[in-house]
Amino acid sequence: MAAPAASPVDTQAANTQTMTIGKALNNGLRAAMEADPKVLVMGEDVGKLGGVFRVTDGLQKDFGEHRVLDTPLAESGIVGTAIGLAVRGFRPVCEIQFEGFIFPAFDQISSQLAKLRYRTQGKLKAPVVIRVPFGGGIGAVEHHSESPESLFSHIPGLKVVSCSNPVDAYWMMRQAISSDDPVMVFEPKKLYHSSALKAPVDTTATPDPLHSSRVVRHGDAATIAAYGPSLPVALDAATAAQEEGRSLEVIDLRTLSPLDLGPVFESVRRTGRLVVVSEASSEVSLTSEVAARVQQECFYSLEAPVQRVTGFDTPYPPAKLEEHFLPDLDRVLYAVDNALEW
Amino acid sequence: MTLTTEADRAKHALTTMWTIRRFEEAVDDMFARGLMHGTMHLSIGQEAVPTGACMALSEGDYITSTHRGHGHCIAKGAKLDAMMAELLAKETGYCRGRGGSMHIADVATGNLGANGIVAGGVPIAAGAGLAVRMRGGSEVVVSFFGDGAVNEGAWHEGVNLAAIWDLPVVFVCENNRYGMSMSVDRAFNVDTLAERARGYGIPGVTVDGNDPQTVYDAVADAVRRARSGGGPSFVEALTYRWKGHSKSDKNLYRTREEIESWRERDPIAAFEAAVTGGGATAPALSESDVEECRALARDRVREAIRTANAAPDADAATLTDAVYAPAGEPIAGGTRA
Ligand SMILES: Cc1ncc(C[n+]2csc(CCOP(=O)(O)OP(=O)(O)O)c2C)c(N)n1
Repeated sequence: MAAPAASPVDTQAANTQTMTIGKALNNGLRAAMEADPKVLVMGEDVGKLGGVFRVTDGLQKDFGEHRVLDTPLAESGIVGTAIGLAVRGFRPVCEIQFEGFIFPAFDQISSQLAKLRYRTQGKLKAPVVIRVPFGGGIGAVEHHSESPESLFSHIPGLKVVSCSNPVDAYWMMRQAISSDDPVMVFEPKKLYHSSALKAPVDTTATPDPLHSSRVVRHGDAATIAAYGPSLPVALDAATAAQEEGRSLEVIDLRTLSPLDLGPVFESVRRTGRLVVVSEASSEVSLTSEVAARVQQECFYSLEAPVQRVTGFDTPYPPAKLEEHFLPDLDRVLYAVDNALEW
Repeated sequence: MTLTTEADRAKHALTTMWTIRRFEEAVDDMFARGLMHGTMHLSIGQEAVPTGACMALSEGDYITSTHRGHGHCIAKGAKLDAMMAELLAKETGYCRGRGGSMHIADVATGNLGANGIVAGGVPIAAGAGLAVRMRGGSEVVVSFFGDGAVNEGAWHEGVNLAAIWDLPVVFVCENNRYGMSMSVDRAFNVDTLAERARGYGIPGVTVDGNDPQTVYDAVADAVRRARSGGGPSFVEALTYRWKGHSKSDKNLYRTREEIESWRERDPIAAFEAAVTGGGATAPALSESDVEECRALARDRVREAIRTANAAPDADAATLTDAVYAPAGEPIAGGTRA
């Protein structure tokens, strides 16, 4: 008996699975590797171990040791060889084990990777993806909980994105790998395995462009802009404010470099109030950049100074004190109140 | 000096190794029970390296340490209660609970700091060695690191600087065969890591890192050379970590048999056998001496836990302290007022 033809609904169901952010990243990597034999994965403990957060789980088993390379401890070497591979036609995806270990590679990233295209006026390109688990909230310490994304967003020639949900995780991974520019994907490590954030991912859908921000909750009293690990607290704040009759608009910035602030400007022109949330320290950061550009573009719409809720301007504190350091519901709501009552 | 025939030395070595083991076991237990936070890396199985190496040092000598640094700290003479307090994020910890397991520094005993960045301490050790030289001192710096560190750029830069400037540094590699899941067989194209020393023009030896005597001999040799202006050396100590890399390691990359075979080469049990007269030499210690060392180690660790637990928690109100030097404008051309 011939199998009945699949209805469109069935097909969609077959292409849609519910998963965590970690699994979505894993699936994104897998799909990219299936689609293009030039896609490679490399890093410390990414092979047999599947990465310390298991994001590359099973890839070496399925694609072989020649496509999923376990490297020695040598971050500069990892990124440097990825550049060499990329200029010769491969699409390497490097994993940096924790954000705090990226700095031995800073030179290769900043001095080589970011500048190659401009320096050669496009004769050389380096489509390298660097995956960086970042942010706190996992009970770890210095080097294991930090938020250095502003440092990289500051470098012309690099593109930087951060996901906050499984759908974006899947598509950002695929889009970053397809990009002809070097892309750093900052992955919110505390959300990797969050079952609360599990969501259906339709791998046949048409994703939003990689470098676009998105309104994820509509409101008109004030705007909250956040990204990556700070999205849940921004949304919680909106829910809490709703209970008090204040409707907040929440924007997931998604792309950190280039920033896509159009939707933020549009929102602030309506609400007149903006709160920017990030775990990173505030000085000379992405949150300062957003504040500066919003005051420039929306000066006459602003009813209050742009508020920022960030990590303190200190090194990351010990695990036991991290709850004080990280933006939490109270601090976000306090900033919202400040903005509303200005 | 032989550790196995001189009673005082034997007791010191044995008590130190037991203290490290008991400390690590206590930390393991407190993490498992959720009483300790952060990250920790245990050195159970590797106790002979810091013990033998630090016995070759004198007061005033320095060490730099690693993420797996509790043993180095203890062997260099740290106070257990301040260490335990640091791990428990207490105000009385070595770094007021801010540094945690991976960042204990104990200036009083010359411990310039553990390091969460692999190979981070290696060039710092070279710098401390350069400082000794510039001040006309005779101290020596021992830099501890794992096999994984030997492939980091910072390692190569640090070792080369020490070599070209003849600095009084001893590079001590605890080769426990793995950097997380990466085995030395896959990460190196040389038979022994000590071969790397030759490339920098410094002496390098490979020794049994599960025997404190052998470690002591090799490091003492290197320390003598360093102190007398002979420059740096590299000592590779072969050992094994019994536990996983950190708290969430399922040991997927090594076999149960391999772990078992190394557990059978327990550095402490072997040393106890040696000091109680397994060989031809007159026994340095009696069974009751050995018991005494064990009890001393156990009691010290228990006492440290008690004291640390009673101490005040690291205070969130001072979270922003010590990011910068205390107020006081630097005076141009000189030190601050
Ligand atoms: C620069 C840097 N890269 C990666 C890490 C993550 N990491 C911590 S320990 C470790 C393995 C280190 O191996 P080794 O130096 O042999 O020391 P061991 O853990 O065996 O004591 C890794 C990969 C780190 N801490 N620093």
